[in-house]
Amino acid sequence: MYPQVLLQNRKPNRIATMDEYRQSGGYQALTMALQKYSPKEVQQIVIDANLQGRGGAGFPAGLKWKAVADDFPLPRYIISNIDEYEPGTFTDRVMTHTDPHMIIEGMLIAGYAVLAEKGIIFVRPSYESSAIIFEREIRIAKEAGYLGKNILGSNFSFDMLVHRSGGRYICGEGTAQINAIQGKRPHPLQSPIRSTEKGLWDKPTVLNNMETLVNVPHIVRHGAEWFKDLAKTKTSSGTKLYCVSGKVNRPGCFELPMGIRLSEIIEEYAGGMLPGYEFKTCLPGGASTYYLQKKFYEVEMDFDSLKKAANRLGTGAIIVFDQKTCLVGATLNLIEFFVRESCGWCTPCREALPFIRDLLWRIETGEGREEFIPMLRRMSQHTWKSYCAFAPGATMPVTSLLDNFPDEVQEHISQKKCPYKA
Amino acid sequence: MLPKELLETLQREIASAEHPRELAVDIMFALQNHYGYLSDGALEEGAHLLSMTPLELEELATFYDFIYREPVGKYVIHICDGVVCWMNGYQSIVDHLCTKLGIRVGETTKDGLFTLLPTACIGYCDLSPAMLINGRAYGPLTSERVDDILNRLRAEAPQLKMAR
Repeated sequence: MYPQVLLQNRKPNRIATMDEYRQSGGYQALTMALQKYSPKEVQQIVIDANLQGRGGAGFPAGLKWKAVADDFPLPRYIISNIDEYEPGTFTDRVMTHTDPHMIIEGMLIAGYAVLAEKGIIFVRPSYESSAIIFEREIRIAKEAGYLGKNILGSNFSFDMLVHRSGGRYICGEGTAQINAIQGKRPHPLQSPIRSTEKGLWDKPTVLNNMETLVNVPHIVRHGAEWFKDLAKTKTSSGTKLYCVSGKVNRPGCFELPMGIRLSEIIEEYAGGMLPGYEFKTCLPGGASTYYLQKKFYEVEMDFDSLKKAANRLGTGAIIVFDQKTCLVGATLNLIEFFVRESCGWCTPCREALPFIRDLLWRIETGEGREEFIPMLRRMSQHTWKSYCAFAPGATMPVTSLLDNFPDEVQEHISQKKCPYKA
Repeated sequence: MLPKELLETLQREIASAEHPRELAVDIMFALQNHYGYLSDGALEEGAHLLSMTPLELEELATFYDFIYREPVGKYVIHICDGVVCWMNGYQSIVDHLCTKLGIRVGETTKDGLFTLLPTACIGYCDLSPAMLINGRAYGPLTSERVDDILNRLRAEAPQLKMAR
């Protein structure tokens, strides 16, 4: 059993109360930060700890905070979301139902590090219970003096509020999320000014993934070296909440050292494959990653190792596919999802994705032709011209289907049917 | 027309917001909960409250999955068709729901009780196949479990409080 940091207060069927969080050391880091460290020092600790953003890009959180320059105007904002629409991903759900005060404290310290005055938690409709939990726990934190004016007798004042979304995948994209909060149509902006300079209401705004923020109190309390030592690999640090779903015995969310091997996660923690099912592949980090080749079954699950395996850690949501599941069908399902969730604003995304869907649908239903394969590749390339990362991400399963499982596609074309259907 | 009490609550919330437009989705949810869906009239009322044009609010209303611009049943079933649910038997669950309710996806039962809509991954992949009904998640689903849930909901008074 590896050390549990983020899920240390996990309980069956209920959240940890503020008192329980405090008993485990909660809010000590806030006190330390406000009394011992300047905002710049907090930034430096987090930079030293190499806290990579857990949302998918892996950008160091401390450097993002540093991008808010001293002379940038006030007020400044922090935004985090409980809006994980990425298929296979449910860390936010688990975390908010485990220890909401860890999220509140993480956001508070991040707010202090960039001298923000307001934190906004953006919540999707299907997580209404998380929104209700947050509204209640924010009130409790306020009564305890952790939020509001002059927190714990310092000069730092910070408030937090819940923003309910109407529900769309694209709201997870930073500039789209800012539009959404401002009550504008949530489409991403093309080549925007960095939100750390000009974000929400044109003020400096830091967007941090929720899982990134919950690490912050522990880093402040225990130091950068301790945090780095939690990971199994040199280039990564901390623990990671890995979600495992698909054909395994125990699907779930597991806190494990960053860089743990994929095989260990699946076999030891997710209980191995269901009886009668064999591992064929997985998407290692949600829908916007590549189908993993079986030769990488032992890959170390961190940002760098997956990059070396020509893949992405993404959200660390491992979707496991077995030998009986058709990958053309799975890719068609994923593309259907992306077509529906595309905001429709820019042409490459709006036009290319439905084109890809149509070609995949024909292959799956037995009308596939050889020349569709270069067409799929060309269309996938076009998506790299779109405004945001949505469409290129959408085509990752497509190109990896063609690259890593060409025989499966060929069988559909030559047999003029889906070989997985009776 | 909104009842006075609700109208005043919404006006108060808008007045105390730093940027009233930030509340656009909240206002739409409140109107939807009151009227059952976001009717043309409700949209105009909402836009007026927010000092937006109806078109500006419509731009948002039609963008979001959980804002209903057409009448829906008292219970809105959002069945997850994400890839994990797809792999774990989504098709047989949706077929079963359609048969039991006598409707197709996108339709409402004649008694006005149930609407069946698809939804993107709802984040219950460890409990797949899963669905949401009026904001509450159910899973892992089997045909028997679906029957139980529908029977129970038919017998219960609907909760309209939550975002659907």
